[in-house]
Amino acid sequence: MSETTDQKISGVEIELAEVTKRYAGQKTPAVDGFSMTIPAGETIVFVGPSGCGKTTTMKMINRLIEPTSGQITIGGESALKIDPDQLRRRIGYAIQQAGLFPHLTVAQNIAVVPGLLGWDKKKVRDRVVEMLDLVGLDEEFAGRFPRQLSGGQQQRVGVARALAADPPVLLMDEPFGAVDPITRGNLQDELLRLQAELRKTIVFVTHDFDEAVKLGDRIAVLGNQSKILQYDTPEAILANPADDTVAGFVGAGASLKQLTLMRVRDVELKTDLVTVSTEDTPADVRQKLTNARKTYALVLDRRNRPLRWLHVRELASAGSLATVGRPVGDTVSVQSTLQDALEAILTEGGNAAVTGGRGEYVGTIDIRTVTDTIQQVREEHENDHENSAGGAG
Amino acid sequence: MATDTAFSTSSGSKRTERIRLLVQPAVVVIGVAATLLWAFSRDLDDIEKNNINAESLLTDTWDHLKVSFVVIVLVVVIAVPLGVVLTRSWAKIAAPFFLAIATIGQAAPAIGVLVLFFLWSGWEGLWAAALPIALYSLLPVLRNTIVGLQQVDRTLVEAARGVGMSSPTVLFRIELPLAVPLILAGLRTSLVLAVGTATLAAFVNGGGLGLLIDAGYKLNRITILVVGAVLAMGLALLVDWLGAVAERFLRPRGLR
Ligand SMILES: Nc1ncnc2c1ncn2[C@@H]1O[C@H](COP(=O)(O)OP(=O)(O)OP(=O)(O)O)[C@@H](O)[C@H]1O
Ligand SMILES: [Mg+2]
Repeated sequence: MSETTDQKISGVEIELAEVTKRYAGQKTPAVDGFSMTIPAGETIVFVGPSGCGKTTTMKMINRLIEPTSGQITIGGESALKIDPDQLRRRIGYAIQQAGLFPHLTVAQNIAVVPGLLGWDKKKVRDRVVEMLDLVGLDEEFAGRFPRQLSGGQQQRVGVARALAADPPVLLMDEPFGAVDPITRGNLQDELLRLQAELRKTIVFVTHDFDEAVKLGDRIAVLGNQSKILQYDTPEAILANPADDTVAGFVGAGASLKQLTLMRVRDVELKTDLVTVSTEDTPADVRQKLTNARKTYALVLDRRNRPLRWLHVRELASAGSLATVGRPVGDTVSVQSTLQDALEAILTEGGNAAVTGGRGEYVGTIDIRTVTDTIQQVREEHENDHENSAGGAG
Repeated sequence: MATDTAFSTSSGSKRTERIRLLVQPAVVVIGVAATLLWAFSRDLDDIEKNNINAESLLTDTWDHLKVSFVVIVLVVVIAVPLGVVLTRSWAKIAAPFFLAIATIGQAAPAIGVLVLFFLWSGWEGLWAAALPIALYSLLPVLRNTIVGLQQVDRTLVEAARGVGMSSPTVLFRIELPLAVPLILAGLRTSLVLAVGTATLAAFVNGGGLGLLIDAGYKLNRITILVVGAVLAMGLALLVDWLGAVAERFLRPRGLR
């Protein structure tokens, strides 16, 4: 995670120190003494109730809103000392409903920042094609106008525009707030994929906690006046919310949400299951089961892929192993989340076969493994707040 | 605020508008041709012949167009920049003041504005006519420029600033193009007002088709009166048609 060890990181660190915004004619500041360090190459999500100051805090980073007081440092440079227009060309900006310019084509929209930076025409054209590809849009979209796109496509173009000049920092204010849940999920997956590749520093605003859990390397739960209630990894916040307000925001089902964060490869698999091949005879199998003191086995095909569950009772009537037993319904891969694994465990009846990269059998996972893992994460974060109460600092 | 309504030239559905675009110039051409045929086929006396001949009709029409053209250039050159300035945050408070002047300019009878300007300046000819008529037909462009800029989605302007456009760049690349449809609608209204009012230029020696109407009336020659009136009307309708064509083809393609 540190910037010295990983060359791939293209983001830079952002530091906000005692940043305050007081709108003219308002008694209480909208953002009050906000301090935070955002590590290079991480996605930080601001969540919090409407009107708590998320947007205001974010817009102070690119100076769409000028802070009343405080310091903002981006990649070691004081943001308040740079010309604001120059500053913004180096910070990607994506907003709800994309904010595309309706009289410009998709290509022209994407080309805005490179154009402002004075890139030559050829380079801009190539970049537009590259960006369309990056966000998964066909090249034919280049000549279309925004109104000829669906909401989800518009959001993709919005992200492409924000990334076009390859800025180290990306600010995203509820960028997926106005699309249907399925498209939203797809866009989130795309962003995760992009970020794995690009490693920008992303500040993402949302009031959907699930979105925050899915996208954030860290989540900042904000209260009124942008007070930081908790600033930590999604795992830590889910396992141990700092206070009742945060707990309320996490909402019901914290453990289930926790499961979406962990992958099967992170837990220890059971390997004591008896596996047999289709070429084995029923007598071989019976012998193996007796030796292992087990009542059922997993039949694998020639390439070691799970085929069927086989109970010792079914052996009696079987001539060969080619057809006997109950077909494996749901397997999970080592890439799957524990949530997917749990689903498979429930449908398979207590036990799910786990497969590796090429579909080969690598072990099993059962409900015990899942509950133990949750328990373990809880214990790890039990003492989180004892030495850093509140998290603001 | 007095600025929240714009002049609109849209007349009903898209289809009727398209039909009008085809029919209007045809009606004008047929009407003018018929009137001229009728006039020239009559037994004209000397006075009538003096006024109704190819040369003087062309001169009068040309003068009329000249006045109208100068007016419309003045209107665009004054009203669009003024509208831009009056929508900048630092000048917003002055907007009602200038709109009031323009509204008074339009509400007062055009002939009054013309005569007062003549008495005050002592000028005659093209400019003596064009300046007051410009004041008279300024309002639609001014108001539509202001409304057109005001109705540009604030979030778009902020998005433009957010990606690093300077404020002049935002004005020229985002705000003005998005205001173009309304500005053009205002321009079309102003054009029609200008061409119609240019008949008054004759009173301050500015020439134009007003000369024919004036002569026809004073000399009691119906033919001269009719030819002058029909030509003035035809010209106004033609200019309106040009405005409609411009509205259609100059609006940014991405806008509906
Ligand atoms: N331009 C402004 N002038 C005055 N007050 C403002 C302005 N913009 C925001 N505020 C106030 O500042 C506070 C924080 O607003 P902000 O937009 O940052 O909230 P938010 O957390 O982004 O909310 P939401 O989730 O609804 O987008 C609110 O109380 C809001 O009324
Ligand atoms: Mg907001």
